[in-house]
Amino acid sequence: MSKPVLATTSLAGCFGCHMSLLDIDERILELIELVEFNKSPIDDIKTFTKQCDIGLIEGGCCNSENIEVLKDFRKHCKILVSVGECAIMGGLPALRNGLSVKECIEEAYLNGPTVGLNTEKILPNDDELPMILDRVYPCHEIVKIDYYLPGCPPTADLIWNALVALVTGDELKLPYEVVKFD
Amino acid sequence: MKDKIANLLKQYDNDRSRLIDILLDIQEIYHQVPDEAVGILADQLDLSKVDVEQTISFYHFLTQTPIGEYAIYLNDSPGAYMYGRAEVAKAFEEEVGISFNSVTQDGLIGLWDTADIGMNDQDPAAIINGIVFTELDPAKVKKIIGEIKDGKKVEDIAENVADVIYTKGILRTMVKNHIHLNNPIPYDDQEVGSVLKQALDLTPEQIVSEIKESNLRGRGGAGFPTGLKWEFCRKSGGDEVYLICNADEGEPGTFKERVILTELPKMLFEGMAIAGYALDARQGIIYLRYEYRYLLAYLEDVLQEMRDQNLLGKNIAGKTGFDFDIRIQLGAGSYVCGEESGLIESMEGKRGEPRNRPPFPVESGYLNKPTVVNNVETLCRVVPIIQNGADWFKSIGTKESAGTKFLSISGDCNAPGVYQVEWGMTIKEMLKMVGATDVQAVKVGGPSGTCIDPTQFGRSIAFEDLATGGSMIIIGNKRDLLKDFILPFTNFFIEESCGSCAPCRSLTVILRDKLTRIIDGNGTQSDIAELYDWARLGQTANRCGLGQTAANPIITSIENFRNLYEDLVKTDEDYLSAFNMEQAVAESCEVVGRVPNIKSH
Repeated sequence: MSKPVLATTSLAGCFGCHMSLLDIDERILELIELVEFNKSPIDDIKTFTKQCDIGLIEGGCCNSENIEVLKDFRKHCKILVSVGECAIMGGLPALRNGLSVKECIEEAYLNGPTVGLNTEKILPNDDELPMILDRVYPCHEIVKIDYYLPGCPPTADLIWNALVALVTGDELKLPYEVVKFD
Repeated sequence: MKDKIANLLKQYDNDRSRLIDILLDIQEIYHQVPDEAVGILADQLDLSKVDVEQTISFYHFLTQTPIGEYAIYLNDSPGAYMYGRAEVAKAFEEEVGISFNSVTQDGLIGLWDTADIGMNDQDPAAIINGIVFTELDPAKVKKIIGEIKDGKKVEDIAENVADVIYTKGILRTMVKNHIHLNNPIPYDDQEVGSVLKQALDLTPEQIVSEIKESNLRGRGGAGFPTGLKWEFCRKSGGDEVYLICNADEGEPGTFKERVILTELPKMLFEGMAIAGYALDARQGIIYLRYEYRYLLAYLEDVLQEMRDQNLLGKNIAGKTGFDFDIRIQLGAGSYVCGEESGLIESMEGKRGEPRNRPPFPVESGYLNKPTVVNNVETLCRVVPIIQNGADWFKSIGTKESAGTKFLSISGDCNAPGVYQVEWGMTIKEMLKMVGATDVQAVKVGGPSGTCIDPTQFGRSIAFEDLATGGSMIIIGNKRDLLKDFILPFTNFFIEESCGSCAPCRSLTVILRDKLTRIIDGNGTQSDIAELYDWARLGQTANRCGLGQTAANPIITSIENFRNLYEDLVKTDEDYLSAFNMEQAVAESCEVVGRVPNIKSH
């Protein structure tokens, strides 16, 4: 039997959830025995080359590209998992949701303390660039999400336990330490 | 300002536990609590500025920005819309020339939405500078605003047409009582204080055991046995015991306490004195919701009258050593302060955040002393029980619900008002009594209660079946139950949450958004299932009654009106996204000056 195929991505996240995945340490050797990686920063495959079984999503959606990637994941993955606070609730990027997009862009490119070099007051508007969304969306508002792994980041053990459970079909073990955050 | 506030503080002995009173006084003078005042208060009361600010921000009627010399608070609860609130609001906006929740440029008039003000039988109603205006319509609005602009005082604008029946003529108000007693209240003719004198011949223990024996249960909604509460308090001992009367009925659709306070204040105070004697308490405090501030002077007069008759004060009714007096503490606009520990926090001059329990107030309550908090109606019941005995009381009502109950009935019926009924009355009988036909639903116990459909109208009003604090909202067949009741009730809880427990603070918002999606036609079957499952979480994951019942409008409407939800779900799809790329990128593209490129997405 062929191994289950895993894809991962980071949308509006900080890659912290991916770092937490790497924190499984030597178990990564077990992981590559268990699953085959497809599109993922871990193996640097940029586009899907086949249908996958599991997609791990880090980060919410702050721009049009995030939406596109997320929908592409939904199309290619049987099971989609929101990993971490940003994917689930929008996380830190969603702090801007109380402000207008105009205020955010002006702060970032015109008024902020570190924009001194932008003497021509250029706002990024190239057609190639992703378009900024009116607010940061959690993933489940865009596509159907099957599972949620909470945490900022979710601990390596939680990600590991969840992956093993998904792959083997065994019940997910959630000891208190793994889901306690405060 | 400094001197003015220093004088004010002197009135309250610089006591920081009286912060709510102090802030209300300042608010009345300046129509806001100015920043300078915050600084002075923090300085004088040895608090941080943030302490003062967080208290102000907690209460609806305390503000750090001006509310207008004439601040008009118009009730915006669903009940008000049933009687034409939308047109009245529009008339206010047109006449004043501003939209709601803002102040005119000259600072003269402010228009504000406000949660239920306890006038559901005479809505649309508004509070203007503390005075209640009822049964408003566009013509009355025009007249009121005209007179305000002419510089007339609010008290001269209000027409006083009250129908007070027991306490003739002292209270001038527009508020009607709409009282339908059915059974007489045995208090009308008897001499005030006679039952208190009867009680003073008994020992405190005998009174507690009589109340226990009577099966009297708390009338605020939860139904805790009153005698047991008193016994627990007595067991806590201590040199200082407090009796608090909870007159903070904030449950939308409840207004029976307003009527009791108007009609039977002496019965209430007599009941409090008996309770005070039974508990060895020397002080009773009435926590009066700010919305009923118009009753304050009237109630103070009645208290004075009773002091003059030696029914309050020292050596009451000639009983040496029995000292008991009552003071009235105003609230400042917060539903959660109806919860007893939130109420106590508020009385101590803090944000009204419910406490962790245990310890319960009977062990450690107001100022950390043993405290009994009883509802207005509960304390009134003490009088006839002592007068006629526990057996008489138990002979009325049902096995687990002794006596009678005051109901506040409003909505689609011919005769909204306050009714006294025997526990055990069925909903069907109640609807007949108030002249309600063509009924779609009854919200029993207000938003935090349950929403029942006609197949359940045979159920009875009693703790063993449909428990209620007294709010009964009748919703006719033509009404849109989900959009006009369940959604605004959910918003009410979002607004009134103290924010302490995450499921109450956040889950309610998530539920509201999901409900909105379904109402807007963007929901799926799985949304209904998730809405229900998630709503149930709140029942166990919050520490006070507000959080535990905040999702009840959603839970009980899904249980009893699932067809309404299913009719709104137009798809067999398992999942639907409400996301719209075109709308989502419009603003950012405009700001940076580019043409949205939607096609590729």
